[in-house]
Amino acid sequence: MAAKTPEQINEDLLRPLSAPSVRYLIAFACLAAIIIAAAFAFGWQVYHGLGVAGLRRPVFWGFYITYFVFWIGLSHAGTLISAILRLANATWRRPVTRCAEVITVFALSIGAAFPVIHLGRPWLAFWLIPFPSERGLWPNIRSPLLWDFFAINTYLISSVTFLLLPMLPDLALVRDHAAGTKKKIYAALALGWRGTPDQWRRLEVAMHIMAVVVIPVAVSVHSIVSWDFAMAIVPGWHSTIFAPYFVAGAIFSGIAALIIAMAILRKCLHLEEYLQRAHFENLGKLLLVMSLLWSYFVFAERLTAWYGNNPSAMAVFWITQTGSYSPLFWTMVVCNFAIPFPLLAIKKLRTIAGTVIASCTVVVGMWLERFLIIVPSLSHKYLPYNWGTYRPTWVEMTITAGTFAGMGFLYMAFSKIVPIISIWELKEEQHLVPEHIPLLGETAEEGAD
Amino acid sequence: MAPPNTIYGLFPGPDSAERGMNALRNAGIDVSKIVVMSSVPYEEYSFGCAPPPKEMPWLAVLGGLAGGAFGFLLAWWTQEAYPLVTGGMPILAPWPTSIVTYELTMLGAVLTTVVTLLVTCRLPSWGAKLYDPEVSNGKIMIAVVDPSDEARTDLEQRLHGAGAAEVKTTGRFSAV
Repeated sequence: MAAKTPEQINEDLLRPLSAPSVRYLIAFACLAAIIIAAAFAFGWQVYHGLGVAGLRRPVFWGFYITYFVFWIGLSHAGTLISAILRLANATWRRPVTRCAEVITVFALSIGAAFPVIHLGRPWLAFWLIPFPSERGLWPNIRSPLLWDFFAINTYLISSVTFLLLPMLPDLALVRDHAAGTKKKIYAALALGWRGTPDQWRRLEVAMHIMAVVVIPVAVSVHSIVSWDFAMAIVPGWHSTIFAPYFVAGAIFSGIAALIIAMAILRKCLHLEEYLQRAHFENLGKLLLVMSLLWSYFVFAERLTAWYGNNPSAMAVFWITQTGSYSPLFWTMVVCNFAIPFPLLAIKKLRTIAGTVIASCTVVVGMWLERFLIIVPSLSHKYLPYNWGTYRPTWVEMTITAGTFAGMGFLYMAFSKIVPIISIWELKEEQHLVPEHIPLLGETAEEGAD
Repeated sequence: MAPPNTIYGLFPGPDSAERGMNALRNAGIDVSKIVVMSSVPYEEYSFGCAPPPKEMPWLAVLGGLAGGAFGFLLAWWTQEAYPLVTGGMPILAPWPTSIVTYELTMLGAVLTTVVTLLVTCRLPSWGAKLYDPEVSNGKIMIAVVDPSDEARTDLEQRLHGAGAAEVKTTGRFSAV
């Protein structure tokens, strides 16, 4: 980025907070319409019962749990990646971190809603809370589902605070540039931040501690989500490799989601000078590493199942390799490896467009992966008399479409309220590092050249 | 609370702010009476230095331990209070208990860090206090709190001489 004065940076990054354009409002209204449709579908399900969904014996976990795992995985885009880059002192992270952390907060909230949607009688969701009751029904605190409760809430609270704390200086900045009621609101949100050396130092130390804590929390979250499956004696699920396999997949899909979000923000908010090709290229390299890691895990998991030759596991194995789920399986392999690998490995193809295309295929591929973990195992569990199929209904499709719209809606709203790029961190970068953004693998000297 | 009686300079960059800080030190102003504000941290300059908050990591550890203890007790209490038939296995199952304990340890550390930050930075603090919105535009404020009336002219000259773009006053100095 060419050196800019603090005033120019303020102007560029506060511009998106101005009054919304007509195109913005139309997009906002479209997303709101999809959300309303999803709310109607959910109301329909609540009124008529869970039978209106495609969940039938033996497949009781379908789209809802697929999306639960998918969104929780996507949430690894933000806080985890941001924390790793912060601890690694990667200066190029500065324009990226907030875009990423916002994905975590919203994706995690959306993902956490799916078990409640899946309950059938969501008004009884409080039954899951372990407290003494006259029903004599206490949830088993040893259950992996209850581990989810603690893990997701810990990650959500950590991610929200990890997002909010470094936002204080920028909220103070918006406060100083606002007037009237808007100024009062931002003054309240900024908590009276002034930017004394002591405040800066304490904020830095707090963020460092949070980064150290949040990385193992993020790893634990998707490990625990994987244990929802791995703790069950179900063919294809009962695997010790599931926790790292899920974590790798989560980071993989998270980076892909972050690249897509950055590309959209870059285009819509005209942030070309701040979200540069080097940012996409660096994230593209991370995506390539995760693609290879994910492929390794898939191979290791499949090889172990095949070599064990357990009849029930092999039934699930073959249904995904050559049976009715094989088109989905091989599409997943194409989306997660065959397309992204050349796009990200060949330097000439690792452009902004190349990384975005690779990211789009990865998001599709990772959704398929979640679906293929859940549904084939349940539909081909043990003896053939118990086998079945699963087809989602319009209710599930509408609700799940609504969650994508919800993500877009929340993200758009957020980018209108708070600077989507951390302004103070960007200014700090300006006086700390040279204009050139070093690529991953490039030395400081090469960068300076 | 009204803003204190201060004289402050708004400096366009860190080099002039450093000169301003040195000018105030040379004038014999006690460091505890000098307040600095900036829109970004300048830890590599003496005016932007602050003592490291050594207590924060330790408080985070303590918070983690407290959270972990709470998690363990919660898991222990719920398992003991609702004993499942375990076929001779322990009622207090170590593996699941460790997961709940681990998560709440981390949560305790996070919440303690947040609370420590807010308390030690005295946030929230919405009352009127020393501040200038120009800080948001990249200016660095260096202020002297409660100087003597006799020192006013000298301080203003020193701040101007060091390269302050503006020198302003608050409190009783503004009323003069």
